[in-house]
Amino acid sequence: MFSKTHHNVRNYAIEKRWRALFLLMTALLILPVIIILSLLIIRGGPAISWEFLTAFPIKGMTEGGVFPALLGTIFLVSLALVFSVPLGIAAAIYLSEYAPDNLLTRLINLAIINLAGVPSIVHALFGLGAFVLFAGFGTSILAASLTLAIMTLPVVIVATKESLQSVPQAFREACWSMGATRWQTIHRIVLPNAVSGILTGVILEVSRTAGETAPIMFTGAAFFLPFLPESVYDQTMALSLHLFVVATQVPNVPPELPYGVALLLVGLVLTMNALSIGFRVRLRNKKKW
Amino acid sequence: MNSLSPAISSDDALLEVKDLSIFYDRKPALRNVSLEVKKNEIFGIIGPSGSGKTSFLKAVNRMDELTPGMTTSGQIRFHGYDTSTWRNLYALRKRIGVVFPLPTGLPLSVYENVAFAPRISGVRQKHDLDEIVEKCLRRAALWDEVKDRLSSLGSLLSGGQQQRLTIARALSQDPDLLMLDEFSIAVDPVTTMRIEEVLKELKKEVSIILVTNLVQQAERLADRTAFFLNGEFVEVGRTTDIFDGVTSDARTTDYVEGRFG
Repeated sequence: MFSKTHHNVRNYAIEKRWRALFLLMTALLILPVIIILSLLIIRGGPAISWEFLTAFPIKGMTEGGVFPALLGTIFLVSLALVFSVPLGIAAAIYLSEYAPDNLLTRLINLAIINLAGVPSIVHALFGLGAFVLFAGFGTSILAASLTLAIMTLPVVIVATKESLQSVPQAFREACWSMGATRWQTIHRIVLPNAVSGILTGVILEVSRTAGETAPIMFTGAAFFLPFLPESVYDQTMALSLHLFVVATQVPNVPPELPYGVALLLVGLVLTMNALSIGFRVRLRNKKKW
Repeated sequence: MNSLSPAISSDDALLEVKDLSIFYDRKPALRNVSLEVKKNEIFGIIGPSGSGKTSFLKAVNRMDELTPGMTTSGQIRFHGYDTSTWRNLYALRKRIGVVFPLPTGLPLSVYENVAFAPRISGVRQKHDLDEIVEKCLRRAALWDEVKDRLSSLGSLLSGGQQQRLTIARALSQDPDLLMLDEFSIAVDPVTTMRIEEVLKELKKEVSIILVTNLVQQAERLADRTAFFLNGEFVEVGRTTDIFDGVTSDARTTDYVEGRFG
């Protein structure tokens, strides 16, 4: 009764082949990640030291540390988030919770998705025109952060909208039927249950922003500065641009220096991602339905 | 088809519905309903699924405003006031408690589920909230089972307890009208009987609309019963008449005797 038929044997063989194929594809996917990381650690590791993190670059950026670039990246990313997160979350709440489902709303949603697909160099030119020249901020931390903020907005909006929409509609209807206003429903029920998804989206976005070079190149990041910025109207160095500079623009750089900068940048991004995953796991464990 | 029954003085009526039709994207879901719900009665609505019973409830508490594509025509008067002209729909909905077919506990503790409605209408004092929560849980026959676990999640209760929790929650709004939409669908028979006892007690204080696809449930509980069929309002009458064959439409008798549906 349970003996193998010809069909069983064939299906089993096919099953094994597909499984092997998918496993191979996954392995191929991980391979570059492993190679890049090990290369960075092996070749850039020796460059990392306390001095590297806390000192200014010296001798035409061939020695010393990357402190101003590290600090600059942190400034740029934080300020960009200050602009994009409240705006993005507010827009997502409107689009997900208030907007009627009509042609205009659909057009806005389409525009947001398209905005996410605009190449970063185009954002850079927009930032140059809008913030540096038109608004008169000059090449400054402010202009660069605003450019980064515009670039991150669509992703913040989409991530927030998705996590809002993952909160079951039945909760909203239960609240409304008790006489709750839309806002009472949102801030008592919907937002608390969407916050883990929103945070994840925001933090993942941080890591992308930290690595961007093009949008800040024309708007606020400097090739080299011998001092730290004093206000948001000053220029700043940034890790991503610094990596480009030491790797291609400066003669006689010791070979481990660019790898060290790259390792630092990747380390920063991975730390952010780890934090985001940690957050998500903690909040998901508290999930209440 | 009965229209507003002349035997009822309008002083008695809490809810008066006249020529109500409901449409989704202009397609009719329920046509020409005229009926009255009196104070302190249980009003049954029976009919197979897809008859427009739930749509009727949504129209009563003006959820059409929050449901894309849903429109209504005709008139609904609550406490004598036309609900289409109520400015403050939140106040209207506060006076109408709803219990959904599947228990939809909010993702909050047992206590906070019941304290939600008082909180959003501005009750802040802890002892006021404590009092409301205990009173409502007692009225829903749930207090004894949950009094030691008020701070645990509502969704950890059993299905029957969760449904009584949603009844307690509906009562916490201090409503004049309680609408139950097939409350027993996810509840075991023993709990169903307990809730039915609860409803008989509640009738002394509020009016109840009981939508059910169990005709025996309407027979046990309802003072008067309306029959909806495929979007058509067939008739309304005293429950005893409806179930004794004193009906104006043969389909009603066929349905309650189980010949279709």
